Amino acid sequence: MEHLDYELPSRPQPHRREPLLVGVVGSGNCELLLEGGPPADRCRISIKTSAHGFAPIWTAVVADFAARAAAGGLQIEINDVGATPAVVSLRLDQAIEAWEESANV
Amino acid sequence: MSRSYYEASARERLAGVVDAGSFHEFVPPAARVTSPHLAQLDQPVAFDDGVVVGRATLAGRPVLVAAQEGGFLGGAIGEVHGAKLLGLIERARTERPAALLFLFDSGGVRLHEANAGLVAVSELIRAILRARRDGVRCLGLIGGAGGCFGGTGLIARCCDRLVMSEEGRLAMSGPEVIETARGVEEFDSRDRALVWRVTGGKHRYLLGEADRLVEDDVDQFRAAAADLLDSEAGLTLAAVEREHARLQQRWQRFADCDDAPEIWQRLGVDNPAEVPLLPLDQFLAVADGCRSAP
Repeated sequence: MEHLDYELPSRPQPHRREPLLVGVVGSGNCELLLEGGPPADRCRISIKTSAHGFAPIWTAVVADFAARAAAGGLQIEINDVGATPAVVSLRLDQAIEAWEESANV
Repeated sequence: MSRSYYEASARERLAGVVDAGSFHEFVPPAARVTSPHLAQLDQPVAFDDGVVVGRATLAGRPVLVAAQEGGFLGGAIGEVHGAKLLGLIERARTERPAALLFLFDSGGVRLHEANAGLVAVSELIRAILRARRDGVRCLGLIGGAGGCFGGTGLIARCCDRLVMSEEGRLAMSGPEVIETARGVEEFDSRDRALVWRVTGGKHRYLLGEADRLVEDDVDQFRAAAADLLDSEAGLTLAAVEREHARLQQRWQRFADCDDAPEIWQRLGVDNPAEVPLLPLDQFLAVADGCRSAP
């Protein structure tokens, strides 16, 4: 397993809710657990992946996500089994959408 | 949005089967109770260890419910996965819900933690039988992509009632296990028509093992489960002995059959070769006249 940690600037996420899980830990797929916690303008992303040697691609995918989404104040943990960059990006967008859809506030 | 039960994830199925917004999860993903065995093997873990458990209502009545995620290691039962199910069953004995609902989707014991998984399966069988003896109604739903095999197949058949779709599969040894152990002449696991003929919902319904057969649709599973909330519950020694006698009779009647259609013929189905192609309503019209009583 390879373990990667990021803390990136991102627009503050206005909604608050209980932790949220999206995705499945299956081949070519990944699950994401979202929780509040970090400062409002920072997004923390922690990745555990079974595919070694793809750190530069993860760095590009999460930087792109943090720049386009309102992920500030969120901590995102990812369990990955070789999801492609496109799948990871879609899962990240799905997670933000689901977070905002069922927000408490 | 797709309403296919087969294609849905465990969490999607669960959300569709119980009353909207009523689900409260026990040991949720954020608790991070993950498999210590997979971590030791440096394998990916899932935050819920492949099973969602909790409390909800179904048609306004309280239920305890579990949903296995077939996408994570085939929904297989490891130590944590098993402990979550066991805790739910034990809870049912004191909480007395209208039913204990299992959304099965599992190939059986998780081989990465085989001993712990085997212990879990035996504990779960014992717990379900004990809960049934105490009057807890245990209902199983089978229609996921992973099917219901191995130890999970045994657990499912310990329930009071089972709801299946034609796409659902239920058996002890799975097709690939049989082929590995006995050779491709015995069972070709890549022959999908064969796999569904001998493990699929229609066969299980004709044999009296599935109590309801529904379309591959979350709402139909929900309706069937709600309908079974008033089914007879309770387990007696006499009922277990009746079941043993029934299985003995089944063995005597069908043991020399080479394939499911021979069994259907002996049950009295006029055109057994047509059974796999019949739409659900036509199949039920044929099957309800001749199937083995559950």
